[in-house]
Amino acid sequence: MTSRLDLQNITKVFTDRKTGNSVTAVTDMSFSVAPGELVAVVGPSGCGKSTILNMVSGLYGPTEGQVLIDGEKVTGTRPEVGFMLQKDLLLPWRSIVENVEFGLEERPFSKAERRKRALAELKRMQLADFADNYPHQLSGGMRQRAALARTLAIEPELVLLDEPFSALDAQTKLVLQRHFARTIAEAGVTCVLITHDLNEAVIMSDRVVVLSGRPGRVVDEFAIDLPHRTDPLQRSLEPQCGIYVKRLFDALHLENEEA
Amino acid sequence: MTVTADKTLTVERPVRRSAPKPGKDTGVSETTTAPVKGNGSRATLEVGMMVGFGLVFLAIWEFLPPALGVPRYIIPTFSQCMAEFARMWAQEDLGPNFVSTLISSIVGFALGGLLGAGAGYLLGMSKLWERVLAPYILALQIAPKVAFAPLFIMWFGYNSIPKLLVTVLIVFFPILVNVLQSMKTVDQDLMNLARVYSMSRWKMFLKIELPSSLPQLFAGLRISSTLAVIGVTVGELVGGNTGLGFLITYGEGQANTAMVFDAIILLTLIGVALYFAIAAIEKRVLHYLERNDG
Repeated sequence: MTSRLDLQNITKVFTDRKTGNSVTAVTDMSFSVAPGELVAVVGPSGCGKSTILNMVSGLYGPTEGQVLIDGEKVTGTRPEVGFMLQKDLLLPWRSIVENVEFGLEERPFSKAERRKRALAELKRMQLADFADNYPHQLSGGMRQRAALARTLAIEPELVLLDEPFSALDAQTKLVLQRHFARTIAEAGVTCVLITHDLNEAVIMSDRVVVLSGRPGRVVDEFAIDLPHRTDPLQRSLEPQCGIYVKRLFDALHLENEEA
Repeated sequence: MTVTADKTLTVERPVRRSAPKPGKDTGVSETTTAPVKGNGSRATLEVGMMVGFGLVFLAIWEFLPPALGVPRYIIPTFSQCMAEFARMWAQEDLGPNFVSTLISSIVGFALGGLLGAGAGYLLGMSKLWERVLAPYILALQIAPKVAFAPLFIMWFGYNSIPKLLVTVLIVFFPILVNVLQSMKTVDQDLMNLARVYSMSRWKMFLKIELPSSLPQLFAGLRISSTLAVIGVTVGELVGGNTGLGFLITYGEGQANTAMVFDAIILLTLIGVALYFAIAAIEKRVLHYLERNDG
């Protein structure tokens, strides 16, 4: 049901085809995510957060090092990985339930079975009433919930979230963070949450990995030893919260001064 | 006639989101949403003005030329043109000629549309071929397609093939260019999502690229629908013995200006009908894009 993720000494170099210039996105990066763990990855822009996501999802491989899922080297896209971006990536020409079915269509399910799973997932996201609506008829928060429904419908073992809340307004963000935290905990999946919101990293994760600016590498890594992982709002009331945020702030800030 | 055509263009604009003109759009939605939302008196006023404008135009057409002593072979009056319609129907095979032009327009438009869209999708799938062929496509696009008509007549003779070919050629490019552009602007994150789901290239085309391209495909089809009639007309003008374009040259030879007027009116009607047909299909197919003009 859940997977373990290991990044081992990853370096990724991009070479511009026209100019021949090469850019190192991440260098000698290693960290692991235990089964069922939610690890937040924070860092300044350009630290290679999306690069990590693409390498874990198997869209391209690292230049050096290896990505392991359950000890197995990632060489291509894998059915047990789900990902979600800041953009909801809902297809505007499909109704919400058809959007949730999008990933299921590549699985050996009958049409009826697909619909059943998609509707169950929408019910869990409290979107059952909107199954037949089109994306443009939904609010930003509802669309992001629909995107999570699509992501979880394929029953992934590893979920990659790339700043899923950053395009939402403050209130929607709080509600959705709680919703996501609960749903992900219920599904029991391993999760990598890429974010630039330090507070979000602290209130939603079990552990935080801090990256430096380009080329990205791990500069700090620590567990968030606080209760209420399934209720970020509740956790944000813990007095210890601020101390973790401060630590993150310092880790990022120091790195900036060095650079 | 032009008033109604313009109006649909503007009504449809919010659906076609590819070319936003912020300054103009606000003004447009103000004038066009009013009748749709059932703002009764204002809508009635607009329709009244539209009809009034047409009536004034017809009245001027009917009474001004005779008053100024303009002879019938320069500007025939409205009633003379109407009478000529009846005569043409009875004596000049207006019906068969009209149908011939109508069918040529539709067939040429359909063929050109299919070929243009097909070529657009194929080129959109291959960056290499798109780059290799780009200068030639541009050259063909710039070349005046109507000038090919005499050439086609020399090759294929005085039949319906030349006018179909001109139509296909003229319809082809706007659709090709639009489709190609839409293929280039497909959301790459969506394509990556499909890749993560291990979707095959063909399925990615069917499920993402093709539907993404539809708004721009329809924009191309709409432009081309107005061009199709031009293609057919030129083909018939240059070397035909059937169709409304032929009636224009025939009428010209007889100094029968009313006949020329009538043929032009019918050609315009075909173009308008084709445009509206495409707009209606577009509205059905792209229903999911509708915002507030439904």
